[in-house]
Amino acid sequence: MRRFVAAVAVAAAVVLGAGPALGCGGLIGRNGTVSLVKTTTLAAYENGVEHYVTSFRFAGAGGAFGSIVPLPDVPTAVERGGDWTLQRLVREVSPVRLSARADAARETLAAAPAEVLLEARVDALDLTVLRGGGDSVGEWATQNGFDLSPDAPQVLDFYARRSPIFLAARFDADAARQRGLGLGEGIPVHLTIPTANPWVPLRILGLGRQANERVDADVFLLTERRPALLPGDGARGIDVARQQPASRSLLADLRSDAGMGWMPEDMLLSHVKVAASPADLTYDLAVDASEAGRPSVVAAGLSDGVVDPVTGGGAGNGPGRLMLWATIAGGVAVVTAAAAAVAVRLSAGGRASA
Amino acid sequence: MRSLALAAVVVSTAAGLGGCSVPARGNEPPPAGERTVVVDVRWSRFSPSVVEVPVGTTVRFEVRNADPIAHELIVGDDSVQDRHELGTDARHGDRPGEISVPARSTAVTTRTFSRAGRVPFGCHLPGHWAYGMRGTVTVG
Repeated sequence: MRRFVAAVAVAAAVVLGAGPALGCGGLIGRNGTVSLVKTTTLAAYENGVEHYVTSFRFAGAGGAFGSIVPLPDVPTAVERGGDWTLQRLVREVSPVRLSARADAARETLAAAPAEVLLEARVDALDLTVLRGGGDSVGEWATQNGFDLSPDAPQVLDFYARRSPIFLAARFDADAARQRGLGLGEGIPVHLTIPTANPWVPLRILGLGRQANERVDADVFLLTERRPALLPGDGARGIDVARQQPASRSLLADLRSDAGMGWMPEDMLLSHVKVAASPADLTYDLAVDASEAGRPSVVAAGLSDGVVDPVTGGGAGNGPGRLMLWATIAGGVAVVTAAAAAVAVRLSAGGRASA
Repeated sequence: MRSLALAAVVVSTAAGLGGCSVPARGNEPPPAGERTVVVDVRWSRFSPSVVEVPVGTTVRFEVRNADPIAHELIVGDDSVQDRHELGTDARHGDRPGEISVPARSTAVTTRTFSRAGRVPFGCHLPGHWAYGMRGTVTVG
């Protein structure tokens, strides 16, 4: 469900049992349970611009569903994403399964009202970029028909302390069906975000999930250099499954997709698998692609402090961020794929108990 | 009046887990009568999550919801809680001890506790009870 230097792309794939679905994050079904089982997202940075590509998937049932995605900064464009970028990335790291398939088929803003910065329509998706504190964004969401789960206020605050920018996506499953969107098909969305802050939201994937559920996500990073990650490989719920130069064929395929012409010639591909319980997923993924080896503890959500003890700055504006931005502007390319958005049920009037 | 009532409640932790009793005046329980208990709601938690009152007390619950989402306060025994967990009523407010609290607002409901014991309270909007949005009134 939910941007980058050379380019950060995030691809989200959602599998639902029955009912409408959104890519990018935890989905709350009509009975309050979460049906989302897997998320994939692609993000990429190029010359200080994050390209964020994600997909909202339609799983068949009617109704309106929504998603709220934390963003590191204000996007300059929100448009339809390419047709195969996300699938191609998954294919790159799933050679066996894909081969078989081929054989078979081939802050301080808390009290102020949320500010609407940008609105866009992509197929059956209504997308709104908001700036505001956790409370004001939550209030905007509820006033616009989003039925937020009980953990949403705390999670929105968690993100708003670092970046007050959010993307709200309203997915109209009935409209999707009318437009001929088939079962399981997704609507790719591409966000272009000038930013200096390459972190990938992970905690939000647990939004609305029960304690006994599991969050699974694929995060892809494309960088010019080997990135330092926090949490790193071996941390609870984090597995860096692959870290190697991206193949020529992958980059060529991505570059040939709609709106993906910015993809550089050479990138390093990292595939980070996330598999954790919602209780364990209390962090985001901070990326330092400068080879300095100093991913921000604040960007990772591991510290609430304004001052990052590692970089000396905050996750938002500040020395640490400027340092990272300088690194990125210096030519670092990062592509990240992650599950980073939260799907929330949209309701007409809400419901109380008996 | 409010200060006495506030002193009679038990202050929970910020996470709403557990709590410790704070008697009204030293170790003496406050006299029966009417009390106002201010219940703050933040991050889908009640604070305090434990309230202590003498038998016969009529409690005026003043529920202050600081969250951007709606909540409710339902005070009643297990059967009441079960009924609300499965129910679909859109709003509450007609019955004593049951009130809907819209986002970032305050609502009031009153209930009399005539028997000693423990009376649960909670929010039954979808997922809220399971999330831990509950508490207890200890009457004795």
